Amino acid sequence: MGKITFVEHDGTAHQVELVDGESLMALATGSGVPGIDGDCGGEASCGTCHIIVDEEWIQTTGRRSEEESAMVEMSPECVPNSRLACQLRATEGLDGLTVRLPEFQM
Amino acid sequence: MTTTSNVLDRAKTIVTDKVQATIPVDRQVQAAHAVKKAKRRAGLETPLAFTEAPIPNPADVPLAEIDVSNPFMNRQGKWYPYFARLREEAPVHYLADSPFGPFWSITRYEDIQAVDSNPEVFSAEPYIVLGTPPMPAEMFIAMDPPKHDVQRKSVQSVVAPRNLKEMEGLIRERVQEVLDGLPTDEPFDWVERVSIEITGRMLATLLDYPYERRRELTRWSDAMGGSAEATGGTTHLDDLFTAGVELARSFTALWHDKAARRAAGEPDGFDLITLMQTSEDTKDLIKKPMEFIGNLALLIIGGNDTTRNSMTGGVFALNQYPDQFEKLKADPSLIPNMVSEIIRWQTPLAYMRRVAKEDVHFGGQFIRKGDVVVMWYASGNRDESKFENADALIIDRKNARNHMSFGFGVHRCMGNRLAEMQLRILWEELLERFDRIDVVGEPTYVQSNFVKGYEKMMVQLTPKAGVRHPGVHTTAETSAV
Repeated sequence: MGKITFVEHDGTAHQVELVDGESLMALATGSGVPGIDGDCGGEASCGTCHIIVDEEWIQTTGRRSEEESAMVEMSPECVPNSRLACQLRATEGLDGLTVRLPEFQM
Repeated sequence: MTTTSNVLDRAKTIVTDKVQATIPVDRQVQAAHAVKKAKRRAGLETPLAFTEAPIPNPADVPLAEIDVSNPFMNRQGKWYPYFARLREEAPVHYLADSPFGPFWSITRYEDIQAVDSNPEVFSAEPYIVLGTPPMPAEMFIAMDPPKHDVQRKSVQSVVAPRNLKEMEGLIRERVQEVLDGLPTDEPFDWVERVSIEITGRMLATLLDYPYERRRELTRWSDAMGGSAEATGGTTHLDDLFTAGVELARSFTALWHDKAARRAAGEPDGFDLITLMQTSEDTKDLIKKPMEFIGNLALLIIGGNDTTRNSMTGGVFALNQYPDQFEKLKADPSLIPNMVSEIIRWQTPLAYMRRVAKEDVHFGGQFIRKGDVVVMWYASGNRDESKFENADALIIDRKNARNHMSFGFGVHRCMGNRLAEMQLRILWEELLERFDRIDVVGEPTYVQSNFVKGYEKMMVQLTPKAGVRHPGVHTTAETSAV
């Protein structure tokens, strides 16, 4: 088992136990990471689990799909490495991954 | 052939742009009004009108004849039993004949989410209401990507949480003023004194609209959203177009006035007009008046009925579930979750309409290209397979945030965080002041198949012991932003 770190916009870091096959959104909401809402329940249709993947990890995680883009690009805080946490499955290869949260979910 | 139509399309665009830029928008609205009236006089078009009759119980109606577009469904408390039957027996239900034409009803949570998340197949154009709005306006809520995305992004930042944070103090002050002015010794209409008043103040604040004229915003919103043709409502055609003309004139003037004040050195505010004027994408929006007015109308209507009816619905719901009010008083930290639950329970907009862009098999049915498909959020929010004990208000419900009142997908409500903030502030301030908010007498409901709203709801307040005496009217009410 490994760890994934969610860093809030103000710098507060939250280490979450990696569960193979779970979405990062489910891991975050299950561990009470503030700032991840997941209003649509993981269907890439609300945009409230916006995360930003660190540059050195983007090769491993891959970039967002068109479906994710449709939602996350409406956020003023969208950047090239923005993803929806519900569309990113945890695997052992993601052990040590750090993702940042935008200032706001919307 | 393609080349010819491309050329024609381009020419049309050029002409439209030119017309838009040169003919004042209020004149354009007046012209549309004249055309509409002429069509009716010539008998080319029959106006719709609805007369209320008792709606039978759902079990007594053949499945194929169930018509949830009836604008009296909500008023008579019949929507929920009808939706329950549809979810059970015909979750993708076809009605061949209704005053608004044939349409499909989607009533289960998962199916609605699937339709809402698929704008390639289910188009939001040309309207999002069941019927045909008499006044065409360009609103991005009724546009498909990519045009939708461009227009929405251009105004999205006005409700970005960062800006809302700046406005929170001001909004709270104004809520406090309204609540401190309420009578505690006699019943009064909550809709008029609280829901409309606060929503109007917030809209005026958001738009930096002249504060003393804020009721105009409410009036325009009601008029433009309430025609029989569009939603089964009661707005007279003339009132609707008059509202359109007034709105067009007022906002064109507001834009120019704001620009002049900014040029004269007035510091930038956090209002919508300033944000539009200072954003690269929207600084010239006034040169596309139909787009400008359409999107403003959308923001006004979108911010009006929804918040207003959630403000009333919350009080009504807590009266029906008094144990929940006790739970709230014991633990005010439940307010944010309760706000989501109220928005689920009320579902202030009952549905959104889509049109199938291609033949599609969906939920065991065959939906043909061009068919109207209605996603009943009001039903999805009461779907037991998603929400346990769905008809009840449970303020600490675990998955209250999963409600679908904001929609899903690219058209998801862009004002969702603003709505949540307004309701949160209202409830924080209410709990500070009042021990009881008793609904005295049945509320009356708006006639509409779209807006799930209240016309009137009489309440009686009991102040909290030790709280300063309400009823003090401040002069700040009329001061500028």
